[in-house]
Amino acid sequence: MSESVAAEHDYIGLSMEAAQMSDNKTKTRDNNNNKNDDVLNFKATELRLGLPGSESPERVDQRFLSLKSSCPVSGAKRVFSDAINGSTKWVFSPGSATDVKDIKPAVPVKEKKSSAAAAPPASKAQVVGWPPIRSFRKNTMASSQSQKQGGSDNNNSETEGEAKSGAEPCLYVKVSMEGAPYLRKIDLKTYKSYVELSSALEEMFSCFTIGQFGSHGGCGRDGLNESRLTDLLRGSEYFVTYEDKDSDWMLVGDVPWEMFICSCKKLRIMKSFEAIGLAPRVMEKCRSRN
Amino acid sequence: MDRRFPFKVLEHIFSFVDSNEDRNSVSLVCKSWFETERRTRKRVFVGNCYAVSPLKVARRFPKMRSLTLKGKPHFADYNLVPDGWGGYAWPWIEAMAARRPFLEEIRLKRMVVTDECLEKIAASFRDFKTLVLTSCEGFSTDGIAAIASTCRKLRDLELRECIVDDLGGDWLSYFPETSTSLVSLDFSCLDSEVKLSDLERLLSRSPNLKSLKLNRSVTLDVLESLLRRAPQLVELGTGSFSDELDPEEIAKLTKALSELKQLKSLSGLWDLLPEYIPLLYSLCPRLTSLNLSYATVQMPDLIDLLSRCSKLQKLWVMDLIEDKGLKTVALCCKELRELRVFPSGADLDETDVTLTEQGLVSVSEGCPKLESVLYFCVQFTNAALVSIAKNRPNFRCFRLCVMEPFAPDYRTQQPLDEGFKAIVERCKDLRRLSVSGLLTDKAFEYIGVHAKKLRMLSIAFAGDSDLMLHHLLSGCQSLKKLEIRDCPFGDTALLENAAKLETMRSLWMSSCFVSFGACKQLSQKMPRLNVEVIDEHPPKTRPDSSPVERIYIYRTVAGPRLDTPEFVWTIHKSPEVGVSRLSIR
Repeated sequence: MSESVAAEHDYIGLSMEAAQMSDNKTKTRDNNNNKNDDVLNFKATELRLGLPGSESPERVDQRFLSLKSSCPVSGAKRVFSDAINGSTKWVFSPGSATDVKDIKPAVPVKEKKSSAAAAPPASKAQVVGWPPIRSFRKNTMASSQSQKQGGSDNNNSETEGEAKSGAEPCLYVKVSMEGAPYLRKIDLKTYKSYVELSSALEEMFSCFTIGQFGSHGGCGRDGLNESRLTDLLRGSEYFVTYEDKDSDWMLVGDVPWEMFICSCKKLRIMKSFEAIGLAPRVMEKCRSRN
Repeated sequence: MDRRFPFKVLEHIFSFVDSNEDRNSVSLVCKSWFETERRTRKRVFVGNCYAVSPLKVARRFPKMRSLTLKGKPHFADYNLVPDGWGGYAWPWIEAMAARRPFLEEIRLKRMVVTDECLEKIAASFRDFKTLVLTSCEGFSTDGIAAIASTCRKLRDLELRECIVDDLGGDWLSYFPETSTSLVSLDFSCLDSEVKLSDLERLLSRSPNLKSLKLNRSVTLDVLESLLRRAPQLVELGTGSFSDELDPEEIAKLTKALSELKQLKSLSGLWDLLPEYIPLLYSLCPRLTSLNLSYATVQMPDLIDLLSRCSKLQKLWVMDLIEDKGLKTVALCCKELRELRVFPSGADLDETDVTLTEQGLVSVSEGCPKLESVLYFCVQFTNAALVSIAKNRPNFRCFRLCVMEPFAPDYRTQQPLDEGFKAIVERCKDLRRLSVSGLLTDKAFEYIGVHAKKLRMLSIAFAGDSDLMLHHLLSGCQSLKKLEIRDCPFGDTALLENAAKLETMRSLWMSSCFVSFGACKQLSQKMPRLNVEVIDEHPPKTRPDSSPVERIYIYRTVAGPRLDTPEFVWTIHKSPEVGVSRLSIR
């Protein structure tokens, strides 16, 4: 088992004798990377506490960084720019999204997408050509992803992005739900009121028990009125929010329907309203009603 | 007494020898066999376009009807080969045009093809039938138009994942109204829209069309009209599958799809919406090949679809299928031979996609004919690899990409050495292997000892020392292509096993520790190897001991190539000359 000691690597001044064909790896190290000690002392047999994979980020960082630092970017612009811009999706985020919560290096595993999420943050480590996905596939997926981002914040001239305003025949918006594994797309123009919208949403996401929408039917002109809202907030877990033209998240139901469909870019069914900072408004509303 | 068979008899016998490997062996027996074989070979395959000169090939095979060429190294697919490296099709096209005007088929992979090349093809080969370009670049839709308009007997025009300068969809209208010979058409990699009426008319007059792969800009609402005109299709690649259709349109499309009684292969399906999956149900029972790798469909919907595909032999899908979906595949798709699971990026609104090693284990248990796998996964275990090897010793191609470099077995924190050992020990017919995860030299010792039929091996972020390379080069008897990136060694193993390199097609090493001095020595030792150094900085300006960024070593009888760009150096054979760039620009 002790053979699995990771060798120390002499990068500059590599000498022939150093590379012995024996199990005794005694290369002297003359490396820039001072953190090698930690990495190279890693042994497969070492007992570690911590979540599976939680050690690997550190090791990954050191080893690949030291290797990467040995490779000056080739003259070809394309290779370099791919590393920085092109392969935005294919960063390697250490560990799986599910179990590693306390990752040390500044490589966020998940991040909430901001509207202009085309370029990754500088802290994400990128390796050229890794994982090994063909450019064609990467580009195709990247353009699918940016389509899914929806909204006019999208720089790509995908037609979907423009289908939000004006006299377009359909008004597709994404509907996502916190905790649900998939998004849906709906055409807002097919609904005439908040009632219709909410029952459609209920149907779509029914397997996620949003029965809290209830079947109150509307009182007054629009379904999602005050009392419904209160019900939602008091008893239920879910309520519907939307992202408007100014990229603010608003509660659905506040404005007249026509105004709503003109400004709505995206819908999201939320559970905890703190997450989007609507709490003050909502609490105020509750208080004013009571 | 002349003991040789008459030429005619030999010729007849050789006409039964199909595989080029066999023909190569046949041609080594004696001079008369060599002569007979070369005069009868119709399909010529050149795995490395720089291994031999086009002129020699043209002269050697007077009866050639089909030429297949490969250019750039495989790692070019992952952007590891800088633009401008080479792989130009022109010298080949030119040579063939001058000497082999009866050439009918050209298949190119990872080569630079220009519009001039395409125009030359169109102008020079009267009976030209088949053009298949895979992962090629350098041409525009004008070149395609030239092929379409001029090649009267065109049967196959396939552009697979090429990078094309897309000037618009007009090229489709260049197929003359009289052309009725089309058998397969693949323009799935193009961006721009083609005119629907052009496409409809083309389909209407192509009764032999068996394979049609549309591009993404062909929308769902026109699909029905196209399928109505080509019910004989065996392979269909749809365009985008996401437009909103009204119930009448849906009914019509459902009917059109169900009329495709011969359809065996389905792909495309971009942006496939879950509500449209039932439309495909009528096709499922007959499908042998299904490519869902561009369809961001989630697991529950995938299960509904796949559980109906009992005849499926080839499945390409994204990791959205999750372990649960693969379990369904294991239960329902007993004919499965090839599985590829690609990463989706799983960025879809913070979804956690549960695809683990268990998915592959299930499929290996449930699918007795499985022999080829490409699997992207975040992490893996030795136990899983051992199970997989036990379940499925008939693997011929096993490519596992553990996406986190250096990831150990996440349960035991051990390297994945033992897991891959099981794979190479049990899978005696393994031809192609890609390894990943944390691996020490031991893993490669196992591979060297056991993987006797292995022809292609891909390695990244692995090993500890030159021992790794030494094990491989001294052990793997059948090794033809070896590609390594980011592994910490090079010189000693390379020099000790120099002779091996001449038995291989090529060796690629990037971001390893191969010194310039070792490259020089290797090149001088081995006259029939081209040792190419790909480096931003001229090697001459650095000490011999400094490592080079990338090396590409391949056997050749054509000598150093003359078309190298500024960042590629072919190391000269004679020590006095040193390094030269023999490029003629």
